Amino acid sequence: MAVVLEQSPAVRPRPQSRWLQAWRRYSRNYFAVAGLIWVILFLLTGIIGPWIAPYGYADTDFLNVYQGPSWQHIMGTDNLGHDMFSQILWSTRFAIEIAFGATLVSFVIGVILGLWAGLAGGITDMLIMRLVDFMYAFPSYFLNLILVVKFGRGLLPILFAIGITGWAGYARLIRSLVLSLRNSDMVEAARALGASPVHIARKYVFPNVMTNMVVALAFGIPYDLTAQAALSVVGLGPAPPMPSFGNLVANANANILGYPWLLYFPAGIFALTLLSFQFVADGLQEALNPKGGN
Amino acid sequence: MADALLTVENLAVEFQRNRDRIYAVNGVSFSIAPGEALGIVGESGSGKSVTLLSVLGLIAENGRITSGSAVFQGRDLLKLRRRELEEIRGRDIGMIFQNPMTSLNPVMRVGDQIMEVMLTHHVASPKEAYRRTIELLEEMGIPEPEVRFRNYPHEFSGGMRQRIMIAIAIACNPQLLIADEPTTALDVTVQMQILSLLRDLRQTKGMAVALITHDFGVAANFCDRLIVMYAGSVVEVASRAEFIRRPMHPYTLALKESIIEVGHRHREVRAIPGMAPVLTSPPNFCAFADRCPFAIDRCRNERPQLRSFGNGHGVACHRAEEVLELVH
Amino acid sequence: MSIEPLVKATEVSKRFHVQGKVLRAVERVSFELHPGKTLGVVGESGSGKSTLGRVVLKLLEADGGSVTFEGTDLSKVPRKTLRQMRRHMQMVFQDPMASLNPRMTVFDAIEDGLKIHGIGKSAAERRMRVEEVLERVGLPRSAGVAYPHELSGGQLQRVGIARALALRPKFVVLDEPVSALDVSIQAQVIQLLRELRDEMQLAYMFISHNLAVVEYLSDEVLVLYLGEVVEQAPVEELFAKPSHPYTQALMRSVLKVPTSPDEVQDLTPISGEIPSPFAPPPGCPFHPRCPVAQEVCRQKKPEIREISPGHRVSCHLA
Repeated sequence: MAVVLEQSPAVRPRPQSRWLQAWRRYSRNYFAVAGLIWVILFLLTGIIGPWIAPYGYADTDFLNVYQGPSWQHIMGTDNLGHDMFSQILWSTRFAIEIAFGATLVSFVIGVILGLWAGLAGGITDMLIMRLVDFMYAFPSYFLNLILVVKFGRGLLPILFAIGITGWAGYARLIRSLVLSLRNSDMVEAARALGASPVHIARKYVFPNVMTNMVVALAFGIPYDLTAQAALSVVGLGPAPPMPSFGNLVANANANILGYPWLLYFPAGIFALTLLSFQFVADGLQEALNPKGGN
Repeated sequence: MADALLTVENLAVEFQRNRDRIYAVNGVSFSIAPGEALGIVGESGSGKSVTLLSVLGLIAENGRITSGSAVFQGRDLLKLRRRELEEIRGRDIGMIFQNPMTSLNPVMRVGDQIMEVMLTHHVASPKEAYRRTIELLEEMGIPEPEVRFRNYPHEFSGGMRQRIMIAIAIACNPQLLIADEPTTALDVTVQMQILSLLRDLRQTKGMAVALITHDFGVAANFCDRLIVMYAGSVVEVASRAEFIRRPMHPYTLALKESIIEVGHRHREVRAIPGMAPVLTSPPNFCAFADRCPFAIDRCRNERPQLRSFGNGHGVACHRAEEVLELVH
Repeated sequence: MSIEPLVKATEVSKRFHVQGKVLRAVERVSFELHPGKTLGVVGESGSGKSTLGRVVLKLLEADGGSVTFEGTDLSKVPRKTLRQMRRHMQMVFQDPMASLNPRMTVFDAIEDGLKIHGIGKSAAERRMRVEEVLERVGLPRSAGVAYPHELSGGQLQRVGIARALALRPKFVVLDEPVSALDVSIQAQVIQLLRELRDEMQLAYMFISHNLAVVEYLSDEVLVLYLGEVVEQAPVEELFAKPSHPYTQALMRSVLKVPTSPDEVQDLTPISGEIPSPFAPPPGCPFHPRCPVAQEVCRQKKPEIREISPGHRVSCHLA
């Protein structure tokens, strides 16, 4: 026969593992790959930035203020003669610490409350979900401001302020996953098989929830990056001379007419970073839940 | 047939699925006469739905009609612009589907949905459309039509929803109703109600019905003429009487044998081994050959054409004569 | 039959409370089932047939009556023991895709049952057993490496059956196991189920809306309507002498492929639709649709009674 009838899939040799398949799907999405490269660069910068920064973050050079980009200061200098490139490298570290830390805090709170609501049901579920509604309804930026004003502008207070306002989405997602899985044929079938609740949670529920979690985290990080920057724009970020994307932009804004590069570099890099995280999250979503699930 | 209502000729449809091209419909020809009930029978993947839906321009994004014509009232539907086709759909050709819940608008009163189709196609004034809607609901066997007019789809049972779909489909008095698995999701007692309703409509309005179904029993009891499809090809076409008297294609025979019916308890059921293929290249062979007890080398190398055996009975099998002799 | 039945249900009832309303999903259903035999359960949507299957396996808690398995009352068994007992009482689901973990291979899915019950001393032993059962249900050994979404509906249902049978159970509840499959595939699966039952002396509870496959596989049949048994009889008796008007209506609604022109059925429906199970009609639940209903049917609920040995009907007029 000159023609290939589709073979019964069962007799096809196994092509590759599930993770490999997911990676293949991911790698077909060029935006996601480009985003991933940028995100990796961004993370690397956060880790080794302080070592490769040509100047310290507090180093000022009053003889060279408001310099345009040059070989000495490749991204120019600001009103106090800070080297913009070094400032951005230091800001990156700070942004990463806050965003990852805050996301972790939100995630842990969200998972605990979401699981609790989904599994307990009844009045507990009702109370937790009303709290979730409240968190959604209340402007989290405002809450961030209050918490930072009250507890200070250090790394940890900012991290927790953002973290404890951002968990509602995770809680809601986990709860809905738990509920839909709890009533699923799959879990009923596992019960019929004789599996214990622990076994069901470990082998049936967790693997199916995990990919959704990874995706939710990937979407959460850029959100917290923004929250962090928004706080420092109004001066509630790290205390000067510590730089952050937020106060770099705020500072540049004041000098926008004469020295626009002060805005272009930090704002451009930050925007590109957010976009990259978004592409990565979209790519993960598609690669891990290929049938558009969730 | 010169007086056919719809004549489809040499229709071919392909789908792109990941990197594969799927040959879903491969040179299908048939016609529907005015007032006729035509059954299109096949299993999933046989192309039975795609054939009719693609003719109406209701084909999925990854699908493409690669050849053929579909002449309805002197116009080739495949050459019409989208707007022209939309005018014909719902006015001259009505459609009902397996799941009425997905076809009905959940936030619109059912009466308004029935009226809407008449207003869109300018076949009635609003006042007239309202009167017609009440009439239609009554005709569909829906009690208290004035009250039910104002209900929403979720307030109806599955059977009632299908009746509303039928009311929408026939509101403009189409000459052809395409029913794609209209009773598959329904209980048997309700299936009987819907089928008898469709039969009555056909008789009173002289409307042709194309019934797409996987259920041989439904098709054989409802339709005047049947088409059996397999892997995107018509393998057999015949009047009901011919089908009952002398089915000829090995697939038709095997399918009939594999149906478990009441009274088969003490009979061996002869399941068809294997499964239907998904064609990733155009068939230049008989797609059923792999599962066919009569298959010879020729079946694997040459595509059988539909050949006439009299009385409008057509069979696409190289060995139809021998099969006929062996079986009957 | 004097020997102890494998499964015995006595007046089993199940109610659901939904938004303050009570749904009587299953009302006082009784039956006995012996090894190698099949109890068919027929009904349309809302008849409670799937609920009954789950109550019998204690996947749902019964509200009344009792179910015993090998003489043990399931309602009195502690959870852990019940989980161990599940090895002997298995279930096959209507939608095999939904009932399998999309992230487990076929091999892992089947092996998981063995692991749960500590069957097979070594991985090699379990592998052998999985491959054996795969072959028995007509799948190649290589199917083990496939994920559910890579298989067809018929293949998936074979996996569902393999998973249940790998534990070598004595009793299997089959909940509409073929209704999602194509006709030609249905026959394959039904055939397989019949062979396996006869080979392993399995007891089946076969739940379906399809009268023909129920007749093909069952020894005794329960006909359910709105959660109640309207008729219960040995299969040949039921199909020869259906005595409840609902059973008769069901049988008339089945459209057979005619074998001669005079077998073409005229499409005569019974009136009405299945009422909401939240508000079942008073008296006989079938009276609004019954062609022979009389005053007594509207007033009084009929008691189920035996009209001939083993043939029980719940109708005033039978």
